[in-house]
Amino acid sequence: MKMNKLVFPLVIALAATLASTGCRKGTPKTTIIPGHNQQIVGDGSGAGTLPPGPPINPDNPPFGTDKPPGQIATADGWRVEDMNQDRAALAAYRVHFDFDSATVKKGEESNISAVASALASNSGDKLLIEGNCDERGTEEYNRSLGERRALALREALAKAGVDPARVRTISYGKDKPADSGHDEAAWAKNRRGDFILLHPKMGV
Amino acid sequence: MKKLIFNFLKIGLAVATFNVAVGQDEIQIHKQIDVLGQMKPIPVSLEGFTGEAAEVLKFDLYVQGFSFVAPDAAQYQISGSSAGDVSGRVTDKFAKKVVLSRSYNGASVRRQAHAFADDIVQTIQNKPGIGQTKIAFKSQSPGGNGEIFVADFDGYNKQSVTSDNSIVAKPAWSPGKLAVYYTSYARGNPDIFYHSLSGGQRRVIAGYSGLNTSAAVSPDGAKVAMILSKGGSPNVWVCDADGTNLKRLTTGLEDSSPCWSHDGQWICFATKIAERRRLAKVSASGGPVKTLNTAGVSNPTEPDWSPDGKWIAFTSQMSDFSICVMPVDGSLPPTVLVAGQNPSWAPNSRTLVFNHEIGHRQVLSVLDVFTKQYKDCLRANGSNSQPAWAK
Repeated sequence: MKMNKLVFPLVIALAATLASTGCRKGTPKTTIIPGHNQQIVGDGSGAGTLPPGPPINPDNPPFGTDKPPGQIATADGWRVEDMNQDRAALAAYRVHFDFDSATVKKGEESNISAVASALASNSGDKLLIEGNCDERGTEEYNRSLGERRALALREALAKAGVDPARVRTISYGKDKPADSGHDEAAWAKNRRGDFILLHPKMGV
Repeated sequence: MKKLIFNFLKIGLAVATFNVAVGQDEIQIHKQIDVLGQMKPIPVSLEGFTGEAAEVLKFDLYVQGFSFVAPDAAQYQISGSSAGDVSGRVTDKFAKKVVLSRSYNGASVRRQAHAFADDIVQTIQNKPGIGQTKIAFKSQSPGGNGEIFVADFDGYNKQSVTSDNSIVAKPAWSPGKLAVYYTSYARGNPDIFYHSLSGGQRRVIAGYSGLNTSAAVSPDGAKVAMILSKGGSPNVWVCDADGTNLKRLTTGLEDSSPCWSHDGQWICFATKIAERRRLAKVSASGGPVKTLNTAGVSNPTEPDWSPDGKWIAFTSQMSDFSICVMPVDGSLPPTVLVAGQNPSWAPNSRTLVFNHEIGHRQVLSVLDVFTKQYKDCLRANGSNSQPAWAK
């Protein structure tokens, strides 16, 4: 048994060598192609067994409302998964953006202050901001633009007195349109920021 | 003296000299060439191959700059058989000699034909072919969720890498290894995973709060560039292959899609300066950000630096998305090639895989940038995009 396992590849190798050196006149050289495709192994783990991320950084840099745009570090120290998501509570305060812009428009101030007061009324609650884009932009460009929109809303909330450490952001780029249409009406709906109120889980 | 050079392979020269023998005389033709997208394909004839072998040979050669003509019009005659195993020979019509004669054994007719195509390319173009290379890509359902797949470069032999039913993005190969990085929202946040394709193990190398996406691996496999928003805006960061030694490279308001230069010295990326989208580069060890000149096209994103160091492919957005290529040295303005997004270079530095839209779905396609010849990969379900060519 053991012998066969050893000898068989040798015979193949020998045959390949003979063939590739062209032992007979007029016979083309032969290339032996390995028998199997390389087996690709998926994760096979399914949901729930995903690996943990790197440890959460305890040295969360200080924040402040006087920081210029793009300079407030993201919040560490708590996980969105450890909170209950309430999508309905702040759904009315959805914010819309101009094409290719992450500037929070003047007309959105009432939505920002409404979200700020909701957070002020319950200090245990936290906030998740989802940034989304219309389909007119490349995928990763839109993933960054969606994140910038969510961060711009977080900065606006910080100016309204919300501690940015209570806020998490997530960008879906153009992967989660509110309207699946392909016209300006749909695009205008899809350039948006959504506020999801996070309640502490009972008993945690 | 019989010197016949119909197809000029020294790409990058603006003026090419052709020496064409006509009867006994030799005529010198000086011709201006707009290199990208304008080169004449090499005319070959294909005889004796049937079915899958013929399809593979046609696909592989077409996207590497060959065209198919009648035997009497061919510069090279390719003949052979695919009954049982593939065997074939290539005859140089002008030199009147057989330049390649080979038979293939084992695996499948499909893979034998890819191997023969590679030998033809090596013989005629003196460069390794791409017939036996792989791509990774994302496949998305209309709901937005999807999986990462790997496949042969023509879309055949597709295998799934993930099974999370989650939003996924931007697969990237670890050079020379059977391993990919990709973005997955499976844990509720866009995180960057490293996934060994031989063992199946995976782990998160970037799972910070906010955005973690667009992993790009350095040519030596030691470093990963990516987009993180943990500093307050989406910026370019770099870390070791295992996620350690994290360092921030940029501080602009909105960066995306980093890629590495062939020598690992530079990271090129898309950014926004004064509300305008630009391409820029930064030293991989940190330093000032330098913008690249993409005059003539608008809204450049998704750069990819060719493995030979000569070209940067990217996506421009005028009314629609277009694949553009420009020389790294700035000697020519960007050339707009075909409609599409997400270009990724093949190891040969002349073929790109990209995606383009057909009926609101993305389809993968393979483009020869010199002849502008392209063909769609095997169609798969869903919307398929963000292809990454294994190198």
